[in-house]
Formats: sequence, C-alpha cells, structure tokens
Amino acid sequence: MTDREIISLINDSLIEEFELEESAMAPEAEIFADLGLDSLDIVDMVVVLESALKIKIRDDAGLREIRTLGDIHRFVIAKLGAPAAE
Amino acid sequence: MRRRVVITGTGAISPFGPGVAALISGLIENRSAVVKLDELAGYEGLRTRLAAPVAGVDGREIARNKRRSMSRQSIFAVLAAREALAQAGLPAANFSSGSYGVAVGTTISSLKTCENFFADHLQDKSFLRMKTSLFFKTMNHSAAANVAQYFGFNGRLLAPAAACATGCQALGYAYEMILSGAQEAMVCGGTEEFHPLSAATFDLMNAASFRYNDNPKQASRPFDSNRDGVVCGEGAGILVLEEKTAAEKRGAEIRAEIVGFATLTETGSIAEPSRQAMRKCMNAALVNAGVAAEDIDYVNAHATATEKGDIAEAQALAGIFADRAPVSSLKGHLGHTLAASGGLETIATLEMLRRGELWPTRNLDEIDSECVGPDIFTGIKRGNFKLALKNNFALGGVNCCLVIKSGRPGKQE
Repeated sequence: MTDREIISLINDSLIEEFELEESAMAPEAEIFADLGLDSLDIVDMVVVLESALKIKIRDDAGLREIRTLGDIHRFVIAKLGAPAAE
Repeated sequence: MRRRVVITGTGAISPFGPGVAALISGLIENRSAVVKLDELAGYEGLRTRLAAPVAGVDGREIARNKRRSMSRQSIFAVLAAREALAQAGLPAANFSSGSYGVAVGTTISSLKTCENFFADHLQDKSFLRMKTSLFFKTMNHSAAANVAQYFGFNGRLLAPAAACATGCQALGYAYEMILSGAQEAMVCGGTEEFHPLSAATFDLMNAASFRYNDNPKQASRPFDSNRDGVVCGEGAGILVLEEKTAAEKRGAEIRAEIVGFATLTETGSIAEPSRQAMRKCMNAALVNAGVAAEDIDYVNAHATATEKGDIAEAQALAGIFADRAPVSSLKGHLGHTLAASGGLETIATLEMLRRGELWPTRNLDEIDSECVGPDIFTGIKRGNFKLALKNNFALGGVNCCLVIKSGRPGKQE
C-alpha cells in the first residue's frame, strides 16, 4: 500500500467508526478537540486500526504521543514500514 | 405528613411507533401491532413467526458519543425518557442535585449485542476485536445508566430485573424512594428489545402463539377461548414521578397519583402462575393504598394470552372484585412488551382515566369459560373513573401491582 492508500484506509475506518465528517479529516485535526473523541474512543480506535490494517499497535509506547490525525497517519505508516508517498 | 407521589410526565416507544400519541392512537383505533416476521422461519425449533416490533425509531438522533454505549433497548429508554421529561418540565438545573434518580429495568441484557459479539468472537475465541462499548451495552444496568448519563441525573440508580414485571417494579420502587424521602423525583419504567430468544423461550414452554402465524392481527387473545399464547413485543414505557408538593409548587400538570404498590414472590414454582399469589399481591396493593376493592374503577390486567396465566389472573380478580371492577388487557393490541409492558400499559391506563373511557381487550371474541367471573368487558366503557389497579406478573414467581389515582381536575382530594 502507498502512504496515500494507508491514509485513506485510516480515514475511512475512523469516519465509519466514529461517524466523522470527511471534511473534518485534516491532518492537523486534533483527535480530542477537533474530532471529538475521548479516551474510550482511543481504545476502540486501536481495535479498529488493528483490524483494518492487520497490525498490532496496542502495546506500542508511541501511541501515547499521538495528538492529531496526522500523528496517526505517520504512526501507522511507520509501523507498516510503508514506502514513501508517490 | 405522609408524602405523596404524582406522575407528571410520560414517554413511550411502543409497537405502534415512537411517542405516547402513537401508542394512544393505536389503542383508541383498536389496532393490532402484531406482525408476521418471516425472518423467524430461519430458526429451527421455533414455531412462532409473530412479534410486535417497533418501527420508526432512529437512534442517530442521539449523538454518537452518547449512543456508543447504548443497545437498542437503551435507545428506546432514552428516547422515551426524553419525551417524559419534556412533558414533565422538570427543571434541568436540578438534575444534578442528587435528589433526582433513575429506575429503569430490562428483562435481560441486550441479546442482539451479545449475539453479534459472540458470532465474531467464537470464530477464534479472540478478544482482539472487542470494543469498549460491548460492556456498556450489555451490563445489567445499561439502560438505567444510559438514561442517567444522557440527562445527567446524579441521584439513585436502580435497574430492577423481574422479567414481565420489570417495568411495574421500577415504577413501584421509584414510588417508594420518593415516598421515603430518599429522592424527590424519579425517571422510571422498563425497556425491551425483541430477540428471537425471547419468543423461543415462551415457545419452548408452549406459551407462544403460533396458530395465528398467517393471521397476525388475530394473534394475542387475552382471556379468549381460542388464545394460544404470548406474542413478544418491544418498546419502552417511561414515567416521571415527583413528590406531590414540589410538583404543585412548580406548577406541573399532575397527570395521576400513585397511591399504592405491592410486589411479592411466589416460591411454589419458578414458572407457574399462582392465583393465590396474584390475589395476595392485589390485596396488598389495595391495603397499601388504603382503599377497598369496591373503590377500584378499572383493572388493567397483565393477561398475556397464555392458557394458565389468564385463568389464574381472572380467578384472582373474581375473588377480589367479583364482577364489580371492569377489567381489560392491552396485549391484544400491543403483544407482550415484557419489561416495557408495565410502563406502557400504565401510560395507557392514565389516558383511559383522563378521558373517562375504558378500552376493551382486543381479540376477545369468546371468553374462556374458566375466565368467567370478573367484568372482562368487550365494548368501550365511559364514565367517571378515579382509581385503577395495574397488574404485572412474571416468570420467576414475581407478582407486582400498582394503584393509580386519576389526576383529572376536580378528582383530587
């Protein structure tokens, strides 16, 4: 998968799970303040991303550093060791 | 001075649709909400194809972050509570006072939520795909907790579970909490979501209707000689109860007063209805209300259209009232909405008292000879009705009765 495909898959998964507006999915959007998620949602977000992308991230320390949607994109791309964006 | 407890708000999600108005219209028009569900044909060993499901409810009107912890039955409860609270006009500023509580029960946890989880989980016994919402949707007090969380009630939280008597018990326990001074107002009632397991449970015990599978509007025939059992329904019936003086002080419309309550357990059998226990419970409710049998103007029966239950209740009623008190069951219209039945049928009873009009039992064409005795009437009765007895009886040996006094102007003491 390309970075763009990964980002698209992440965004689609989060839009579906958390009933988000596509227009809200800007990389700089803050997960709590802008997307309206809370700590319970973060737990479910991990489940959703693990399932959608076939990865294991629950125990990764890097999860705690995530603040924005762009942080999620970068975190998952790094986890997958994906190639650079086309 | 003894405190008194009044009803100031009602909210319903019924097989006739969302809202009290839909419930009342369906009953006044003498309609049946029972339908044939073809999907029930897909279950081996299930004979009934009948249900009284709710249509027209869209849970998405509840914000996602509130709805994530709600099963279908919690959504029903929240929407019915919203209607009841709007009608009552309880001051929102008091919700967090600790004096306003919630008593909302369900027969059982959300079966659909459990089914969905285990259908996935049992493929590989993995918990990796489990979401946090699973527990919040399936905990035994989920509906009550969701109502409290949604509206911000900080007082007592109670989630009675007594199968078909759940709603009636919730109202009774809420009444007692206000009577004791522990709470000033309670949002209370029961909620139920339909699942084939509920129908199968009655079917297994030969207590679910299936002879009318191709004629659903004729199914659910309380007291009728051709009845063949329960039709399971769903919905929520929620009421707002308040201490009378406080309700009057804020100018609330008093819809009715709960004046008596009794609940007791029969231990001879976990499944068999007991005429003696029903009679004892009704008498206890009358004593609690300080009224005599002759004072009761109407009995809203539990009568679910099972062979044994209807006979036991009719005979218990005859033993107390002879043929003096008019009796009807609303399950011919609504099916048996289980945990929701206490609230929904109480709301309908209030409306009958308010209108001075008693609605008969739908599908009662020929009374069972063993149900003869009480005045199980077949046409609309009109008059000045002041006091009603509401019965609900349940598997598990639970018996529950409320005595309700009309809130119509000029009928207060």
